[in-house]
Amino acid sequence: MSRIEFDRVSHDFGAEPIVDGVSLSLTEHRVGIVGANGSGKSTLARMINGLVTPKSGRVEVDGLDVARRGREVRRRVGFVFTNADNQIVMPTVREDVAFTLRRHKLPAEDAAARVEATLERFGLTALADRPAHRLSGGQKQLLALASVLVADPALVVADEPTTLLDARNARLVAEHFAALEQQLVVVSHQLELLDDFDRVIVMESGRVVADDEPLPALAAYRALIG
Amino acid sequence: MIGVFHPGDSLVHRAPALVKLGLLAVAVTVVALQGSLLALGVAAVATALLFLPAGLPARAVWGQIAPILWVLAFAVPVQWLFAGWEAAATMALRLVIAVALAALYTLTTPVTATLDAMQTLLRPFRRWIDADRVGLTLALAIRCVPLLADIVREVLEARRARGAEGSIVALAVPVIVRALQTADHLGEALIARGFDD
Repeated sequence: MSRIEFDRVSHDFGAEPIVDGVSLSLTEHRVGIVGANGSGKSTLARMINGLVTPKSGRVEVDGLDVARRGREVRRRVGFVFTNADNQIVMPTVREDVAFTLRRHKLPAEDAAARVEATLERFGLTALADRPAHRLSGGQKQLLALASVLVADPALVVADEPTTLLDARNARLVAEHFAALEQQLVVVSHQLELLDDFDRVIVMESGRVVADDEPLPALAAYRALIG
Repeated sequence: MIGVFHPGDSLVHRAPALVKLGLLAVAVTVVALQGSLLALGVAAVATALLFLPAGLPARAVWGQIAPILWVLAFAVPVQWLFAGWEAAATMALRLVIAVALAALYTLTTPVTATLDAMQTLLRPFRRWIDADRVGLTLALAIRCVPLLADIVREVLEARRARGAEGSIVALAVPVIVRALQTADHLGEALIARGFDD
């Protein structure tokens, strides 16, 4: 498993601190982050692959400083966004999965084989030549996950990946997340998604207010939000 | 280009995109310069015959060519009125042939193949032009068409729900704001997928 280190990390968007002196060391297989809107959980997740650079403090992944060696870190860390529409770049499903590998400079046969295997794994083979923007919400989120995993990252960070989905599609996407061998950091409002995680962090006003196994941590969060 | 590709194994599908692009450019130029109605008629038949080996569904082909017929329904009478029937027929044949050839290309060529072809074309100029970046820009431009269409559709629905159907401001402001937000998110997604230089 990768080691993710937050060392006295702070960030703000103006006057209000959004992350306030957070220090954490994450080495577990599956880590959940919960918190109310504006609690700083998404900003914390975005720091793991350098989408947000902290104004003070340091974030490291396997000893690599994310601020200075972001490109190397992003080769290890895949990121799944809330709205898959914002993540899809190419017109068809197969082309979007293949797009991730363009920067990996693999031989064409190897790249094609990886794309087909990934499409198969996520049940997207039958949709491979369909226009990506015409998929259902659940299919789009599976495509977003496939497009990340085709590069075989060591760690996957997901920011509310099921928030925009109906119950059935949310369950389908959650099942795929549960089956991942990769280390996983998931920000979510859907607490049942985190029930069998190894660790859950509760954020409030930019600070960590609970950090425990799911049962006590989620109980603390439920008490916090009333 | 926006997801109209129809997979297949025909000779037209398997021909390299660069060759198809070159032939398309030459054919459209020749048709544009051709003034003889007879020659254009022959070209129209030849174009129709090119679709046969591709084995494309008639509905998909019609979907690509039909929009130009709507334009011609207005343009041909005007041209006939001011320049005569021969000029009108020449213009109509030129446009239909050009659109049909372009449709044959887009229906049989995936966008990635077009991007690769563009990058190959730009390779001799790599000292001055970053071919990868041009390819990515083209891909994003193509991707943004349905994204923007969705934004406009949603904003139009919201405007109607608020009873502000006639208001330009109620259309323009949210569309521009959401388009800029979408551009930000797309940029973030590209960085996350390793396109960060």
